[in-house]
Amino acid sequence: MSEARPLVRVRNVCKSFGNVKAVRDVSFDVPTGKTFGIVGESGSGKSTVARLILRLVDLTEGKIEFDGTDLLSLKSGALRRQRQHMQMVFQDPFGSFNPRMTIRETLTEPLLVHDLGNEKSRNQRAAELLTEVGLPQKALDKFPHEFSGGQRQRIAVARALATDPQLIIADEPVSALDVSVQAQVLNLMRDLQVRLGTTMIFISHDLRVVQFMCDEIAVMYLGAIVEQGPRDRIYEAPAHPYTRALLSSAPGNGKQDGRRARLTGEIPSAHQVPTGCPFRSRCPLAFDRCANEVPKMYDVGGGQKALCHLLDTSEKAA
Amino acid sequence: MLRYIGKRFLLILPTIFVPLILVFLLLRLSPGDPAGMMLGDQATVDQINALRQELGLDQPIWMQFLLWLKGIFTLNLGDSIFFRKPVIEIIPSYASVTLLLTLVGLTLAIIFGVTFGLIASMNRNNPVDRGVVGWAVLGISLPEFWFALLLVFVFSVTLRWFPVAGYNPPSAGMIAFAATIFLPALALGIRQSALMTRMMRSSMLDVLNEPYITTARAQGLPEKKVIGEYAMRTASIPVVTVVGLSASYMLGGAVTIEIIFALPGLGRMLVEAVGRRDYPVVEGGVLTIALVLAMLNLLIDIIYAYLDPRIRYQ
Amino acid sequence: MTPDKHTSAASDAAPATARPTLEVDRLNLSLKIDRHVVPIVTDISFSIAPGEAVALVGESGCGKSITASAILGLPPENATVTGKIVLNGRDIAGFSKNERRKLCGSEIGFIFQEPMTALHPTLTIGHQLTDTLRNNLGLSKKAAMDRAAELLDRVGIPRPRDILKGYVHELSGGMRQRVMIALAISCDPSLVIADEPTTALDVTIQAQVLDLLEDMRTEMNIAMLFITHDLEVVADFCERAVIMYAGDVVETGSSRAVVDQPVHPYTRGLLDAVPHKDGSTEKLTPIPGTVPQIGDWPKGCRFAPRCPRRSPQCELRPEVEPTKRGQVRCWHPLEETVQ
Repeated sequence: MSEARPLVRVRNVCKSFGNVKAVRDVSFDVPTGKTFGIVGESGSGKSTVARLILRLVDLTEGKIEFDGTDLLSLKSGALRRQRQHMQMVFQDPFGSFNPRMTIRETLTEPLLVHDLGNEKSRNQRAAELLTEVGLPQKALDKFPHEFSGGQRQRIAVARALATDPQLIIADEPVSALDVSVQAQVLNLMRDLQVRLGTTMIFISHDLRVVQFMCDEIAVMYLGAIVEQGPRDRIYEAPAHPYTRALLSSAPGNGKQDGRRARLTGEIPSAHQVPTGCPFRSRCPLAFDRCANEVPKMYDVGGGQKALCHLLDTSEKAA
Repeated sequence: MLRYIGKRFLLILPTIFVPLILVFLLLRLSPGDPAGMMLGDQATVDQINALRQELGLDQPIWMQFLLWLKGIFTLNLGDSIFFRKPVIEIIPSYASVTLLLTLVGLTLAIIFGVTFGLIASMNRNNPVDRGVVGWAVLGISLPEFWFALLLVFVFSVTLRWFPVAGYNPPSAGMIAFAATIFLPALALGIRQSALMTRMMRSSMLDVLNEPYITTARAQGLPEKKVIGEYAMRTASIPVVTVVGLSASYMLGGAVTIEIIFALPGLGRMLVEAVGRRDYPVVEGGVLTIALVLAMLNLLIDIIYAYLDPRIRYQ
Repeated sequence: MTPDKHTSAASDAAPATARPTLEVDRLNLSLKIDRHVVPIVTDISFSIAPGEAVALVGESGCGKSITASAILGLPPENATVTGKIVLNGRDIAGFSKNERRKLCGSEIGFIFQEPMTALHPTLTIGHQLTDTLRNNLGLSKKAAMDRAAELLDRVGIPRPRDILKGYVHELSGGMRQRVMIALAISCDPSLVIADEPTTALDVTIQAQVLDLLEDMRTEMNIAMLFITHDLEVVADFCERAVIMYAGDVVETGSSRAVVDQPVHPYTRGLLDAVPHKDGSTEKLTPIPGTVPQIGDWPKGCRFAPRCPRRSPQCELRPEVEPTKRGQVRCWHPLEETVQ
């Protein structure tokens, strides 16, 4: 746990689209210089959280601070300046580039947008970035379609690094890649993160990848963070039933005791989130209280917290 | 489903009334006085004023419109200024010609369009396909009157298979009717059939690449069923859109064709009535066309909902 | 009790001597692209016993899905397929298109990756299921509807009668894939080919669907060809694994052996490339380079350009050699081949 001020501070954030609550009362800190992971299945709201932090969409309730400034207070000009400090890497290595722009143009564009440097220094920076992500200089004058998926994701990382941002948000950056190539991009991202000290928010549905990349992890389900804590705690001593189910559902964990622990039922649609605890409709341990009362985040110790009535020691003691 | 149809029905009301208001205003704002035109050069001012009063033309425009609207609901569209007969008695005979012409033309367009489109998509990129696509491009680029004249020249003047012009109603016998309606309907439908050919072909090619078509084959269903039911079902959705557009286009295009083939249709009637400033007839004609178009669009919406269940829920 | 068309052999004889449901012998597939014949899949051989699940594993563009389409009898139009495909003792490779189509659905079931697009968007679930049942089993409309409801119930779909009247867009991802499975097993096939059946699903749903597939397979004694890119799923779910790279089978063996002690450097590479099981944050070991474009296969050993063990010998094409637990196509396997 770092004692430094967190780079991003998210407090009680809610986001509704119409009458669908995509994000519900989410709070977390992203420690400066660390990688913060968000894991979840579809409909968990993990990508919405990313878009809220970038202020690509505006939040409905709550507060997000970036480097001490309240993002909501920023006017459009200030917001644009702020954006050079936060960059994004997307999932789709095919759709996230302008097919008519050379790699040089792709890499210098963020600098141009934020009016950084002159033409010469920008070109120099583009060349530097390519080296940084392990691509040859001759790639500069090629077009995106001339590269494989893995190479494109390297270019996407280079583009994100162009303005030397304080924060990079990576949304499923390796999900579209083949296994043999995925490792190249993961190694690259982690090396760069450690070497440059960039803070990163890493979003994925893949537990293994998150475990490899992240220092601190939040598990989301139906718009809420159900568990949060340091990496090793989450994986070795998961406190929330959903986290436990998620870990045991992942393939490759073997079937030592016959069948693995299974969740029954489907993920409810965002229109029909259960009352009380959002997970109760699939939870093997649900009891009366789960239906009536939204659970609180209970401290489990070691920086780990979980959203579950079972952790309410005061109740049990009583 | 009933709710959906009801909703659609409410939505078509404006599509009937907006054109009516426009036509009503346009006629009254254009120069020319029906009373004067009827009585001729020799009429005195008093005579004209008397007739204007009789026809209700001395009332303010909004009053005239309200009176006319009231007429619509009591099925009284007024009397024709020229024929001196109720409009409601004049329109049906003209309208039936145009409707039959459009209907036969549309049917021919659909039959040719869907068939050629299917043939082309089944023969992708071989000479058959190229031939069909070539014909479709040609068909879209040439105007109806050119086809009409070509058809008259080939089939009536040279081969003498069909009469050059004129009209026999269905009551005169189906063969006699068919002889006079076939060429005009073909001339009217040919461009639309070319459009439908292209739409059918591209839509079918798209659908044949869909995974659910592979699933249907992997289920062991015979190819006839895969194409005829599974693929046609989705491939026909965009074609239905075109059919709707085509029908409205053809109702408008009927004027030229009616004139070339001397058919006593609504189009010709309207052109003549405008020339005579016969307001009630023009308004009645436009009302008829607007009603037909609105019904047609409703029908298309219902077909849509039948073909694509996802629409019903919106 | 009616004798079942494919389980009879298995139930009479010991499983070890049972005739395999599917035997693929030196299957080759090439595509004609712009007047060039491009070999895509070369000399694929494997077999599946009744009730057994065999995984066909490889990354995108290795030819695994096209191999499946050739076995099903629905390869791309520009494809040429040679080799033997023996289903329940008959070589179906030489069958006419029509004869092949008759096997589809009735003897071979197929499960696609993305059920949303693999099920018809505007026909009801019931329509699609009963079409298959009536076409392949000659059932009456009513009998087909009853059978369809039973099937949905069997794959764990609540309120089957209502679902039959519904459409695919009304269902969740997991339910859609259950419907797809019901469709595949509807006519009691002896072989089911599942092409990445859980890749599009969420982790918790994926686990449910895998369990369902396993239940169906054991209950109905179905031979299953399971196509996947995920070695983790293979170890849990399949008895044997066939690893493909660039249109070649590079290694076969029991899935446990392949995952625990791979013999081919590519298999080793795949296993090392995924983040460590024990949560260690040691640097990952990627396979250098990229997967070749489909059909654009290197000469000699196709993996050689990316292989850490390559030598000049790898310019030549290696043959398939037996190992202690399976087979490998490699000049420098990680374990001696058996002579």
